[in-house]
Amino acid sequence: MKIVIIDYDVGNVRSMINAFKKVGVNPILSNNEEEILSADGIVLPGVGAFAHGMENLKKYNLVEIIKKYTDTNKPFMGICLGMQMLLDESEEFVNTKGLGLISGKVIKLPTQNKIYEKLPHVSWNEIKEKKTKWNNTILNNVEQQSDVYFVHSFITNLDNEDEVLSTTVYSDYEFCSSIKKDNIYGCQFHPEKSGEIGLKIIENFINICKENIK
Amino acid sequence: MNKIRVIARIDVKNEHVIKGIHLEGLRKVGNPNELAKKYYEDGIDEIVFMDAVAAYYDRNSLSAIIQKACEDVFIPITVGGGIRKIEDIQTTLNAGADKVAINTQAINSPNFITEASKIFGSQCIVSSIVAKKISDNKWEAYTDNGREPTGKDVVEWAKEVEKLGAGEIMLTSIDKEGTKKGFDIELNKAVSEAVSIPIISSGGMKNSDDAIELLSNTNIDAIATASTLHYKLESISDIKQKLTQNDIKVRV
Repeated sequence: MKIVIIDYDVGNVRSMINAFKKVGVNPILSNNEEEILSADGIVLPGVGAFAHGMENLKKYNLVEIIKKYTDTNKPFMGICLGMQMLLDESEEFVNTKGLGLISGKVIKLPTQNKIYEKLPHVSWNEIKEKKTKWNNTILNNVEQQSDVYFVHSFITNLDNEDEVLSTTVYSDYEFCSSIKKDNIYGCQFHPEKSGEIGLKIIENFINICKENIK
Repeated sequence: MNKIRVIARIDVKNEHVIKGIHLEGLRKVGNPNELAKKYYEDGIDEIVFMDAVAAYYDRNSLSAIIQKACEDVFIPITVGGGIRKIEDIQTTLNAGADKVAINTQAINSPNFITEASKIFGSQCIVSSIVAKKISDNKWEAYTDNGREPTGKDVVEWAKEVEKLGAGEIMLTSIDKEGTKKGFDIELNKAVSEAVSIPIISSGGMKNSDDAIELLSNTNIDAIATASTLHYKLESISDIKQKLTQNDIKVRV
């Protein structure tokens, strides 16, 4: 089992490595094309600004490499900014093009509750199933309305609601909190920071990678 | 209403967890990694490590502790104390922290907050404000872990750090810190009404009664406590149960 966490100098990868180790897989941190293309599963982490993230992906020539990898339909998981960058574009600061693997746009979280509309959304919050069922996905056997940890001000607005794996409500606005399109997954929350439930999600991802090898 | 985060604040001096009163008269109360792991297992929502002497002696000794903590603890970790340069933030994040809390350097050079939030994202930058009451409804910001007055008005400074790009504020009352006499409600009210970023309130909590009083009267997003947990005054599950019974939402 070879899991590669993409190394492009954006955010905290140590926690991600530790979380994988905790559930029994020793991941490789790399931005090398051969390593990435030979992986059984890829994780794209990331926090911070969208434009900065894309800039760094380009700096390491990772945009093309990631597309080459996802073309093979091997499992891929983007976390937080790593999920947002899967989309076509973002309106954060300046309009910036994303990887374009998921059809949609990254927009500022449109808070609706005048009494409580603080941003960033920094909180534990609940995830809920929509049209796509959780069986055999990264949310396999995760209970409805489980609490996971969020830190973000922007959200993914998907064109195709069948690709929405879960939603979450903040300031009376329901947004997409995880994505599934074939073997491409995304989490707006941080599974590596979401306690036992988060570790379960990472374990599910590893199991999807294992199934895929068979 | 959003879910309130219950945070363990672990003040560290060298390799020991310490606790004082009004941030002074520090006593050793345990091992930081053992306590972090225990609080994680007991259901705490987040951990804040503060290097109690770093700002004073101009150094940061927490990296090894954070690295170790991140092997056992899978919830957000904030680290403060002695963060002076962009490289200090990078080092702290590389060690496994999710957020950094900045006080002294922000006062000395407010633009540091802006620069840091542009590079790491505002979600990563917590402005640590240490407040001392000077008269009715007036508080002064202090630096160097509560040693140095700055002449800055706390409410005005809170508004400024929001504009500068801080993602959260950790508000510590020196007057209440370590006293176990409850939060400074007026201070928390004044600051939370002035800004629209999340606020972590710290200083004065003995048990859930104090938290309920604070959360029923203010728009505070998270409570941080050291004494309650270090001195086992109330368990994390009991705190959360009491909050839930009082219609305050928490992660269960």
